[in-house]
Amino acid sequence: MANEVLIRADGLRKTFGATHAVDDVSLEVAAGEIYGLVGPDGAGKTTLLRLLVGALLPSAGDVWLGQYHAVRQAELAREQIGYLAQRFALYEDLTVLENLQFFAEVRGLPSREWKPRSREILEFVGLAQFGDRRAGQLSGGMKQKLGLALALVNRPHILLLDEPTTGVDPVTRQDFWRLIIPLLNDGEMAVLVSTPYMDEAVRCTRVGFMRNGRIIREAPPAVLRDQLAGQIIEVAGHPQPLLVSVSEADPDVENVQRFGLRLHLRVAPGTADAVVKRLACCHSCGRRQP
Amino acid sequence: MFQRLFSLIRKEFIQIVRDPRTLAITFVLPVVMLFLLGFAATNDVRNIALVVYDQDHSPSSRRLIDAYRAADYFQLAYVVSSEEEMRTLIDNNSARAGLVIPPDYGDQVNGWKPATVAFVLDGSDPTVASTALAAATLIGQALSTELSVDRLERRGMSSTLQQAIDVRTQVWYNPGLLSALYMIPAMIGMILQYQSTMLTATSIVRERERGTIEQLIVTPLRSWELIIGKLTPYVIIAFINTLEILAIGFLVFNVTVAGSLPLLLLLTGLFLVTTLGIGLLISTIASTQQEAMLTTMFTLLPSIFLSGFFFPLAAMPTWLQVISYFIPLRYYLIISRGIVIKGVGVPELWPEILALTIFAVLVMSGAIARFHKRLD
Repeated sequence: MANEVLIRADGLRKTFGATHAVDDVSLEVAAGEIYGLVGPDGAGKTTLLRLLVGALLPSAGDVWLGQYHAVRQAELAREQIGYLAQRFALYEDLTVLENLQFFAEVRGLPSREWKPRSREILEFVGLAQFGDRRAGQLSGGMKQKLGLALALVNRPHILLLDEPTTGVDPVTRQDFWRLIIPLLNDGEMAVLVSTPYMDEAVRCTRVGFMRNGRIIREAPPAVLRDQLAGQIIEVAGHPQPLLVSVSEADPDVENVQRFGLRLHLRVAPGTADAVVKRLACCHSCGRRQP
Repeated sequence: MFQRLFSLIRKEFIQIVRDPRTLAITFVLPVVMLFLLGFAATNDVRNIALVVYDQDHSPSSRRLIDAYRAADYFQLAYVVSSEEEMRTLIDNNSARAGLVIPPDYGDQVNGWKPATVAFVLDGSDPTVASTALAAATLIGQALSTELSVDRLERRGMSSTLQQAIDVRTQVWYNPGLLSALYMIPAMIGMILQYQSTMLTATSIVRERERGTIEQLIVTPLRSWELIIGKLTPYVIIAFINTLEILAIGFLVFNVTVAGSLPLLLLLTGLFLVTTLGIGLLISTIASTQQEAMLTTMFTLLPSIFLSGFFFPLAAMPTWLQVISYFIPLRYYLIISRGIVIKGVGVPELWPEILALTIFAVLVMSGAIARFHKRLD
């Protein structure tokens, strides 16, 4: 049986001046699914998430959250969502519990319920003993977990997380995913998470690759892995920043990721050899320049 | 549904209380300004340092000097014996005014001839100079009349002497002509104009600067709830400040509200709608707190100079007077001074009340129209 679709975008566009930050994106996320939005910086992931939650007004297209339209019924739509923005944004001068109380009550959780619910959610993310600490005095990883707690405090059915693991240490990254996965167990919640890390995509139910404002491919991770066979190439060179910019400018390169001194490039099917040849040429040319 | 609003207001108060800088601006700054303006910015000129160059040394010249010494406008600071000395004293600011009595002064006076004395003034500070000028002329004329009467008496004509016109002056409302009485009601207006505008603007811009606005936007808070929730704490603070200023005015400067206090508070609330609206407008333009503060200053300066706060509007060129009609503070100052000093009410103040109402509606609806609960 098909689960209810909780996030639906239809022909979504957002232009800032002449740039198309999001260009004709349509996607659906059903209850029980984690949708992973993978793409390099500047692909339009944050803009897309902001359109989905209604923080930005789309230039064209529609978004439905549950049964509500994200623009025309903004307040009703927002009552069901939990959102963690890319930039950490909590009130640093408020304590952990005060932050929870504020966001719980503002999002409609009755006053008598916020306290037991806050305890429960702090327990869940592992911050139970820090309830009275000012949010500004938490470590980076703890702030991120509090962010998740705030997004979850009013038991949303729709959870949108914008690069929740960027800039977080590897252990906390693991912890974070360990927190998200069980949320889907009862099959009532739809999660959309954006990430620049390919390795996190395998944890999702479905993955969409985003580049230049478009979703260029969308499939379950296992299918993608098969499709991607022979399409990931590893290159190394010096100076690295030049190699990165040259790779990113190459028309057949879909994604560039750094792994220490090496770069992982994802290229269009059947273009691997051509890309390597071009890179070698460009790179050596570039190196000759002073 | 009031839960959302209440939660937002409580959050704002927690943040105000935990931020020492905001607290200082909120409650200490008005007191400091009040004391500074009440004591220092006074136009009541007394004890102007006077240097006397008496070349006559006669009983007549001493009588003239005594006349100046008796009035508390002047303080006989120096007696010199050359014009150079007098110039030096005025040059280095030791004295503000100089009285030069020529060698033949006594002879002229006693010889029934018109005597001439010179009165020199340092005009760098126009307020001091104009007071000194008026006082010096008055003292001279009074003595002149006295001398004329003496002369006539000696001729046995005293009984027939009567002044042609006797102007009896009477000052209403502020009989002591005290600056504090004039400044304190105006201070309420200035504090509201400055503080409510700046606090409102920065409290919203701070959310944008720190990124918390994005989380607020995606909550079900309605736009109007966000606006009212953001403004309410500053409305309360503004009224606390108004009462604070009036209390200090009473305790320290002996200023009482001659008219109706409830009416004053009501119309203060009306003015507040405009200043909060300006703050809201600034918050839609500025992207950093610093920008918000600078923009507030930019609106504050014309308000102070063109509202009649320091300088009387009647003395300004016509084009500046025309501009002043677009300064909301102008109307509030007329209202607050009217109620506090003169004790007048709605029948006298309705044109200003009408003007403030128009401003309140225009500014606030403009601000609300520009205020979007979105990032773009």
